[in-house]
Amino acid sequence: MNIFRIRDHLSRFRVGIAGAGGLGSNCAASLARSGIGTIVIADFDILEPGNLYRQYYFTCQLEMFKATALKETIARINPDTLVIAHTVQLNPENIQMIYSGCDVIVEALDEVEMKDMLAETIQEKMPGIPLIMGSGLAGWGNIESLRCRKIDDTLYVCGDETTETTPDNPALAPRVSIVANMQADMVVGILMNKK
Amino acid sequence: MKIMLNNREEEFSIETLSVNQLLALRKLSFKMRIIKINGRLIPREKYESTFIKEGDNVQVIYLMSGG
Repeated sequence: MNIFRIRDHLSRFRVGIAGAGGLGSNCAASLARSGIGTIVIADFDILEPGNLYRQYYFTCQLEMFKATALKETIARINPDTLVIAHTVQLNPENIQMIYSGCDVIVEALDEVEMKDMLAETIQEKMPGIPLIMGSGLAGWGNIESLRCRKIDDTLYVCGDETTETTPDNPALAPRVSIVANMQADMVVGILMNKK
Repeated sequence: MKIMLNNREEEFSIETLSVNQLLALRKLSFKMRIIKINGRLIPREKYESTFIKEGDNVQVIYLMSGG
């Protein structure tokens, strides 16, 4: 299948991204380049200088909401991708409304409690929608330990499932963006198999 | 009983186990994880009252901070 037919196919789908940090921003950029029709992003953070170490933002966007800045960036990458940006904190009450109509959801949150809350809420309120989680991306090296694991048709995990981010083992751009792009690739794979 | 634990067959000398008992027996000590039994995600508050039986497919996914 040539690139135009692939992009045409992907343009018919809507992808939800939970969090617009290192995983979410890099994943969104790749999905927009791949031609995804609609991306729904939720993040309530404001862009700070330290975020530029690994997140897909620019110095001129400092102090903007990340969700708003990412929408602006994606419009520059691919104006045909519609971005719906929510500057809210996700909770069990708003997740279904925010991601309604999404064909796939990418978990790109920082805290483990939030990752767990999202997975439980999607299973309960949006059963059957595939969720692609990120787990284990801190530090550098050991790239061969990064993997994408299909748990079942509704749950996939990308990362090494071992390293957690701490002040002494922070997330760095190369590994975070590899995992973000593993998630993006999983989205593409799921959607290319969808009629 | 025999169960599938993360795609590997595992055998236990007793016939049923709560999720918490399984975690203790297999020393699955990571504090944050997702557990699915036969495709169904088990909420944290049900680890004590949910039981694993012969033939169940149990998936444990470790959640690491960072995003």
